[in-house]
Amino acid sequence: MMANILEIDNLRVSFPTDDGEVHAVDNLSLSLSAGETVAIVGESGSGKTVTSLSVMGLHNPNSTSLSGHIKVHDGEKVVDVVTASREDVRLLRGRVVSMIFQDPMSSLHPYYKIGNQLAEAYLVHNKGKKAEAKKRVVEMLDLVGIPEPLKRANEYPHQFSGGMRQRVMIAMALMNTPKILIADEPTTALDVTVQAQILTLLKDLQKEFHMGILLITHDLGVVAQVADRVSVMYAGNIVERGTADDIFYRPMAPYTVGLLNSVPKITIGKRERLPSIQGQPPSLINLPTGCAFAPRCDYKASAPAGACDESLPLLIGANDNHVSRCHIAEANRATLFAHAGRE
Amino acid sequence: MIGFISRRLGFSILTLLVVTFAVYVIFAVLPFDPAALTCGQHCNATIVHANRIRLGYDKPLWDQFWLFLRGIFMGRTYGTGAGAFTCPAPSFGFSFNQNTCVSTLLAQAFPITISLAVGALILWLIMGVSLGILAARNKGKFLDTASSVFVLLGISLPVFVTGLFLLIWISLKWHIIPIQLQGYVSLFANPFKFGEYFILPWITLAFAFAALYTRFTRSSILETSGEDYIRTARAKGLPEKIVLRKHTFRAALAPIVTMASLDFASLIGGAILTESIFNLPGLGNLTLQSIYEFDLNVVVATTIIAAAVVIVMNLIVDLLYAVLDPRVRA
Repeated sequence: MMANILEIDNLRVSFPTDDGEVHAVDNLSLSLSAGETVAIVGESGSGKTVTSLSVMGLHNPNSTSLSGHIKVHDGEKVVDVVTASREDVRLLRGRVVSMIFQDPMSSLHPYYKIGNQLAEAYLVHNKGKKAEAKKRVVEMLDLVGIPEPLKRANEYPHQFSGGMRQRVMIAMALMNTPKILIADEPTTALDVTVQAQILTLLKDLQKEFHMGILLITHDLGVVAQVADRVSVMYAGNIVERGTADDIFYRPMAPYTVGLLNSVPKITIGKRERLPSIQGQPPSLINLPTGCAFAPRCDYKASAPAGACDESLPLLIGANDNHVSRCHIAEANRATLFAHAGRE
Repeated sequence: MIGFISRRLGFSILTLLVVTFAVYVIFAVLPFDPAALTCGQHCNATIVHANRIRLGYDKPLWDQFWLFLRGIFMGRTYGTGAGAFTCPAPSFGFSFNQNTCVSTLLAQAFPITISLAVGALILWLIMGVSLGILAARNKGKFLDTASSVFVLLGISLPVFVTGLFLLIWISLKWHIIPIQLQGYVSLFANPFKFGEYFILPWITLAFAFAALYTRFTRSSILETSGEDYIRTARAKGLPEKIVLRKHTFRAALAPIVTMASLDFASLIGGAILTESIFNLPGLGNLTLQSIYEFDLNVVVATTIIAAAVVIVMNLIVDLLYAVLDPRVRA
C-alpha cells in the first residue's frame, strides 16, 4: 500500500438554507494515494460535489460548517483543510490539489486568451517567472493533445470545441504538477467519443505525473474504465466502499445493487422498461433516523424487523478493504444480490 | 474587426438619415404655418409671404428637406440681395424668436450640457460602482443593507426634490455654495468657478443615477460571482482580490458600460429638469423654451441632435463591446 496523499476523516459538511440546515455530507472517510484513482459515485444530491469542493476549500466560508479532517500531504507537510487558514488552503489550490469541472464550456473565462489563463495558473504559485510560464503553457497544451499549441494559446475559449476546452482545463489544472486531481464529472457534458478520449488522456497523465485522481461521477461506465477503488454515496453517507471489482462483481449494499441494475443493457428487450430505483432520494434537511435508503430498498424485508427504521447501519465488512452499510447479515447478502448487474 | 466597424458605421449613418427625415417631416406637417410664426407683432400677409419665400417654405417638402440636409453640411443662405443672410455650416436653420442661426444657439448651449453630463457621469460612476462593489462583497451584511437604503432614496426622490433641497439648504440656508447667478465659465478659463457653477447640478443628477448603478453593479457582480469561470479562478489558487478585480469585475463591467453610455446619451439630449431647476442654459432648457415659443427650427435641431447622440453612443457601445468581449469581434 502506498502512502496516502489525501485522507478525509469523519468529514461533516452542512450549510443553512431557507428551509433549514442541509446536512450534505455526514461522517465521510476516504483516502487517496499517489497514482491511484478513487471514484465517488452517487446520484445528484448525494453529497459528492460538496465533498470535492470541501477538499479544495471552495465551500462558502461564511455559511458552510465543516468538521472532521481533510488532510492534504504537501511534501513533508500535512495541511488540514478544515482547520488551516484560508490563505494556507489557497496556497494548496492549483499547486498540490487541482480540480477540473463538469462543464468546460463555462469554466473558462470568456474574455481572456487561453494562454494567459494557463499562465496565470502557473504564475500565481511561481511569482514573476513569466518566461517559464510561457514555455510551460505551450508544453502543457501540447501534452494534453492540442495541435499547434503556440497558435492556440493566443486564441479565446469560444474558438475551442467542448472536448478541446476540457483538454485546456486539464492542462490548466496540471500547470503546477499537482499531487491530487479532483475531476468532478469531467466527461458528463461531452460527446461519448470525446468522453473516451478525455478518460484515456487522464489515465495517461496520471501515469506521467504519478498523481492521485479523485473522480466524482454518476456514470458507472466511467468508473469501470478508470477507477481503482470506489466509494458509493447516498444521502451524504458512504454506503459502500471497495475496489472497483468488489463494487461491480460483489456489491454488498442494496443501493449499489440498485445502481448496477439501473445501468441500461444492450440485451434489453424492445418494449421492456429500463430498470430504475423506485422513489426519490430523501431531503438532506430532515434525514430520518435509520437507514436513509430504507424507504426505497427492495431488500428491506430480509433485514431484522424494524432495524432499518431504527438506526443507520455501520460501515463495516468482513475485510477492511470492502465495507458497506446494511442491516442484513453479510453472509445472506451474497446470495440475495447474486443477480446484480454485471458490466 | 475592420469589417465589423465599417458595417456598424454604415448602419449608423443610415439610421441617422431616417431619423432626421422622420423628425423633419413630423414638424413640417404640424398644423402651423412656419412662415406665420416668424413674423412677430406687426404682422401682415405681405411679410408672411416674403418670409415664406425667403425661408423656402413655399417649396415642396422633399426640396425643403434636401435644403435642410444640405445646410447641415454646406451652410445655408436665406433670401437674395441686401436682405440675404447666411447661417454657416452646420446650419440647422434660423430662429426668428432669437433672431440668430440655430447653430449659434446650439453652440452656446452645448458646452453647458456636456459639462453637466460628463461631470455627473464621472460622479455617479464612481459612487454607484464603488458602492455596488461594496454591497456585493458584503452581501447580507450591514453595508449591503445601508446601500439599499441609499438606493431606495435615490430611486424614489425625483430630481426636482433633491435639486431644490440642495439649493435651499446648501445655497440659501448654509451659504456653502453661493447661488449661481452669473454665467457659465469654461473649465479651462477658471476651473474653480466652473466647479462651483456645476457642483450642485452634478450632485443632483448623479444621486439619482448612482442609486441605479449601485443596484446594477451589485447584481452584476453577484451574478458573475456565481459563474463557473470564477470558481475556476479560485481553483487556481488566485487570491480573492485578484479573483474579484481581474475575473469578476472584468466580466461584470460589460453591462455597466452599456448602460452608462446609453444614460449618458440621453443626458446629452438635455437633462431638462435639472437644467430648469438650476437655470442652466443648456440644451434641455433651450428645447423647453423653444417648445413654449413654437420656435420649431430649434426644436427640430435639438431633437435631431438628441437622436444623433443616442445613435453615436450606440455605435461607441458596440465598439467598446468588441474591445471588452472577444466573442463579439468574430
